[in-house]
Amino acid sequence: MGTSFGRGGATDFPGDLVNSDVIVIQGSNMAECHPVAFRWVMQARERGATVIHVDPRFTRTSAVANLHVPIRAGSDIVFLGGIIRHILETEQYFREYVVTYTNAAAIITEDFRDTEELEGFFSGWDEKKGQYNTRTWMYEGVNPEPAGGARESEAGKKAESIQRQPIQAEKTDPTLQHPRCVFQILKRHYARYTPEMVEEACGISKELFLRVADTLCKNSGRERTGAFVYAVGWTQHSTGVQFIRAAAIVQSLLGNMGRPGGGILALRGHASIQGSTDIPTLYNILPGYLPMPKAQHDVDLETYLKLNESPSGWWGEYRKYFISLMKAWFGEAATEENDWCYDYLPTLTGDHSHMNTVVDMVDGSVKGYFVMGENPSVGSMNGALQRKGLRALDWLVVRDFQVTETADFWRDAPEVVRGEVKPEEIPTEVFFFPAAAHTEKDGSFTNTQRLLQWHHKAIEPKGDTRSELDFIFKLGQRLKNLYRNEYDQPRNWPIRDLTWDYPTEGILNEPSAEAVLHEINGYTVADGKPVEGFTSLKDDGSTACGCWIYSGAYRNGENQAARRKPHWEQNWVAPEWGWAWPHNRRVLYNRASADPDGRPWSERKKLVWWDAQKQRWEGYDIPDFIVERPPSYRPSREARGKDTISGVDPFVMQADGKAWIFAPTGLQDGPLPTHYEPQESVMPNPLYPQQCNPERMEWLRKDNPYHQPFDDPRFPYLLTTYRLTEHHTAGGMSRWLSWLSELQPEMFCEVSPELAMERNLKNGGWATIRTMRGEIEARVLVTERIRPLRMRGRIFHQIGLPYHWSTKGLVRGDAANDLIGFVADPNVAIQESKAFTAMIEPGRLSKAHYKLKKLPSREKDRDLPRAQNKPETKHGYKAFEAKEGNV
Amino acid sequence: MAAQKGFFTDTTLCIGCKACEVACKQWNQLPDDGFLFTGMSYDNTVHLGASTWRHVAFVERPVPMKPGNDGAFSWLFSSDVCKHCARAGCLESCPTGAIIRTEYGSVYVQPDVCNGCGYCIVNCPFGVIDRREEDGRAWKCTLCYDRLRADMQPACAKSCPTESIQFGEIAELRERAEKRVEKLHEQGLNSAYLYGANAAQQPGTEGLNAFFLLVDKPEMYNLPPNPTVPTKPAKAAWGSMAVGVLGLALAAIGSALLGGRERAS
Amino acid sequence: MEWPVLKQLKNGDVLGLGSTAASERTEQLEARTTKADRVIASVCPYCAVGCGQLVYLKNGKIIDLEGDPRSPISHGCLCPKGAATFQLVTGSHRVSDVLYRRPYGTEWEKIPLERAMDMVAERMKKARDEHWEDKDEEGKPLRRTMSMAHLGGATLDNEENYLIKKLFTALGIVQIENQARI
Repeated sequence: MGTSFGRGGATDFPGDLVNSDVIVIQGSNMAECHPVAFRWVMQARERGATVIHVDPRFTRTSAVANLHVPIRAGSDIVFLGGIIRHILETEQYFREYVVTYTNAAAIITEDFRDTEELEGFFSGWDEKKGQYNTRTWMYEGVNPEPAGGARESEAGKKAESIQRQPIQAEKTDPTLQHPRCVFQILKRHYARYTPEMVEEACGISKELFLRVADTLCKNSGRERTGAFVYAVGWTQHSTGVQFIRAAAIVQSLLGNMGRPGGGILALRGHASIQGSTDIPTLYNILPGYLPMPKAQHDVDLETYLKLNESPSGWWGEYRKYFISLMKAWFGEAATEENDWCYDYLPTLTGDHSHMNTVVDMVDGSVKGYFVMGENPSVGSMNGALQRKGLRALDWLVVRDFQVTETADFWRDAPEVVRGEVKPEEIPTEVFFFPAAAHTEKDGSFTNTQRLLQWHHKAIEPKGDTRSELDFIFKLGQRLKNLYRNEYDQPRNWPIRDLTWDYPTEGILNEPSAEAVLHEINGYTVADGKPVEGFTSLKDDGSTACGCWIYSGAYRNGENQAARRKPHWEQNWVAPEWGWAWPHNRRVLYNRASADPDGRPWSERKKLVWWDAQKQRWEGYDIPDFIVERPPSYRPSREARGKDTISGVDPFVMQADGKAWIFAPTGLQDGPLPTHYEPQESVMPNPLYPQQCNPERMEWLRKDNPYHQPFDDPRFPYLLTTYRLTEHHTAGGMSRWLSWLSELQPEMFCEVSPELAMERNLKNGGWATIRTMRGEIEARVLVTERIRPLRMRGRIFHQIGLPYHWSTKGLVRGDAANDLIGFVADPNVAIQESKAFTAMIEPGRLSKAHYKLKKLPSREKDRDLPRAQNKPETKHGYKAFEAKEGNV
Repeated sequence: MAAQKGFFTDTTLCIGCKACEVACKQWNQLPDDGFLFTGMSYDNTVHLGASTWRHVAFVERPVPMKPGNDGAFSWLFSSDVCKHCARAGCLESCPTGAIIRTEYGSVYVQPDVCNGCGYCIVNCPFGVIDRREEDGRAWKCTLCYDRLRADMQPACAKSCPTESIQFGEIAELRERAEKRVEKLHEQGLNSAYLYGANAAQQPGTEGLNAFFLLVDKPEMYNLPPNPTVPTKPAKAAWGSMAVGVLGLALAAIGSALLGGRERAS
Repeated sequence: MEWPVLKQLKNGDVLGLGSTAASERTEQLEARTTKADRVIASVCPYCAVGCGQLVYLKNGKIIDLEGDPRSPISHGCLCPKGAATFQLVTGSHRVSDVLYRRPYGTEWEKIPLERAMDMVAERMKKARDEHWEDKDEEGKPLRRTMSMAHLGGATLDNEENYLIKKLFTALGIVQIENQARI
């Protein structure tokens, strides 16, 4: 999403779905996982909208949708590519929107080659490095040096970053006829994604596919809009980012972005998962999506700023945001003379994301580990490897409501229960700290629509229970104390100079969360007054701001996140409930809800418009645009920064202000979504000789084995994992509650009656499910909701597995994630857990551990030889040296 | 007397989320019903009981929702609850006066009066009311009697994200329900009908204060097709005997009242 | 006490199945929320829809927790998880002691919070000091320690994530991750 439109957040809010004419829910089981947001989908349905659920399983969402489209797990790009082709072939795109607001007219370099020409590769594949050189994907006439990793990309695998040029198409063809314009490239790229191909690769009928495509097209244009809704059903694939890109292309072609009832909604699973990305507990970014410095390139402040600030578009303001952040963190110590303490920041040398950290733990370089409100022993893939990592630590700190499986890994992990490991042999020191609940602390969550909402402390935490705010604050005080006598060493200066003087309150002397919000919002250094918003930030050290995109959340010294004006006292956008970033805008890119001249595309789909009398943008929502910039404004060639944004550029965060149908930069694995099979599939790639995403992240280790790429006789079934309404993720907040546990009391697997017959599985009985990573047992639920797929004259069976259970809590069961290996998307390092292969057998887990028969290696089938010979140091994984007893 | 209140549960709007079950447990602070995997679709609480006052039924059918829909399959959800029958078998059979009809027309078990005799259980044609093992008393949905007193709606209806459970004045709900059926018929869902909306539809109960919109036979939802309150035929018999037993009855009442006064004084 | 028959006639409750039979408890029945001394606005801690919640308190105890009807996001509704929040925050599953498992230990031990905090701080300092990376082989600045890592944040408050990122980055810890990648 960040690459396509400029920001990673959902572009709309669920309440606005009532204005949709068609809603496509794909990669999400919205009714089950987000029932209250689904309220708006039901209301839209009652108002006549068509609700389409595209999902391998028939779920509670499918049950109430107008149309259920049961595609094979992992075949989404074929399906969406088919829709793109259909839109183009039948000329049902929103032409005026496409020509003006997207980069469809941009002309790409002569050197660009498509996957159609190179058997599944784009031009620029570097065999030796095992990755793409993306320079040939650039606009013609723009300096062909590739730009750095995606600014908002969460992983930024490549620690390389080259100077950013103004990325604006130099040459365009508004007639969309030029053979090298994006529009024509798109046509050629998806030419083979025909309804017949969809039938073959997705396992659904041509007729059903065409119904979806037609419904989408008919409900788009000036008068009508459609929305896409996705969740982890899209992100958790080795091509996850490209799934979302494909939807972005569909929505751009149909002109649905930035308009009421349009857009793309990402539904997130945790209360503040959006917030924890905006103010990241992520390795590769600083608050507000500012990249962490990379050791290789960002050798000093000027270089870092030069590499990250964009000469065009909004990122021209980069310097202001970064320097204000350094002022917030290091206060008076940050001065112009010392480069605002730039050299206090640690640097990156590659991918340091979760899975690599686990591997580093196993390999011994990680000594201490903090786990706060997460349960990786259950919730992360390859549970056995996770726990192996925990066993190799010196110390582990777990903060949660109760002793989780992660905290108790030394006592009742499956390996311990099976007797393979004894607690007496595990050296890890474990600290368990009881965590305060949201009712016991002040603070804000940022929800799925980028909305900050404040929760107020209702009661004092009991006993030793404390908030993370209190824990971290007091830990920081202790560390400052411990280092007090070692400030002669420069490495300790960041600790010395860290601003850490938050006022405390209450009987427990807890730091004030509002004071932290004040710092996040930003203030003028001279008088500490909160700034109005990010437009007030300066690059001269006179302002401090902890997260520029949250600037304004504490404007006028008022906690905007705590605003609670009842919905019945405001319009449907409800701008006075909480506060949304950026600048309290609720529908992103809403400039696109008006035509190039600034008039609403239609009365029915009115949102913001140019008021010629007032000479400013007005509307129901706060305009996501420079409010006084008229539609007629065109930048001069000398313009820099936000002056380059023309009056018809709704996507202000993009360097060229356009929605990117074709991504000339920012993605690791290709400028256009291309179908690749999952790491473990049931069939060869029907479109290209290249089987899998050549850029995917793999961990080739003995403790992370993979199956054959397809047709592995040992693992003939397709497996997908998911969650249920009645539980929450890894179960830490649901398995201990009787009211939820009784509703789904045991781990189960879902199979079709046909598979039950084939494998002799009895409803209510037991089954054992096995992969190379592990084996688990589960109750059997035989249901027609799971259907065998018919493709290429063969029948493929799918198995469904919820992943909520483990060894603790009121209700127990084996953890599905123990079956899943480490494989990930190259752009964001999110694992592939929605499609892989497995074996299922009747009966409970055998006491005697199952030994797999070794097959002759067929690894070569997975990739063409050139992709196969990837150097082993790539992607941060390390060549695994088999040591005695290490496996 | 306050306006008659009840539920209209529109099963075509239900998404099977079970928010009603949990909201009910929370408000009424009910214990769990045991942790048993049933293998019956997503239904693991199985039926209404002493500790489960809202229960969502899951029906997997090998027929499409509407004729002409793709796939020969549909999944129905229905949140079941005490019907608060216009003629309530539990109420009429309760020998202790523990069960009363409230000012809202709902049927309420007074836990401080109930002695756990269990007559009500056999006299409910829906199998709603049940005795809790631990305390021996009979329990069921109260229509959130305490909340109604504070002008709050019942917890289940409040929590329902999709307005499948609608709470309100019964007359108004009936009207709304009939319109809803018409609309669904227009949309081609001809199987939609109301279950127990009035006495004409369900003479055996004289109509339900918590009625339903269904799209398949009642049996599919584990509801009786033709429920009859057991005390109803008994009462008809009583009527014919009324004159004969009047004197006897008066005497009986008199002595009961005397007894009552004696106990009270 | 009023004579039941009179009461029955007065109330039109001829069969004696209505208000006449109401016990004292029934007559005084009221919603416990009406007795609350404070109502606190909150947000559901489960998924990211962000439904509004109201926390009813009496004498410093939570007596009820339900949807906030004012919220434009949820209009007072909650899903089953949201509706179970009362049990999540008040349930007996919650631990209120700091627990410690020593190396090779077979049991948890209770230890004082302050001591545990000291121990963690000392261990962090040790790991940082012993495994500090100043420069890479090419002399490029690293200024970090790879000996410690963090996981979690999507269930925490923005203010908490902010302090975690701020403190850990200042310490030179880079392996900070959360559920966004899960």
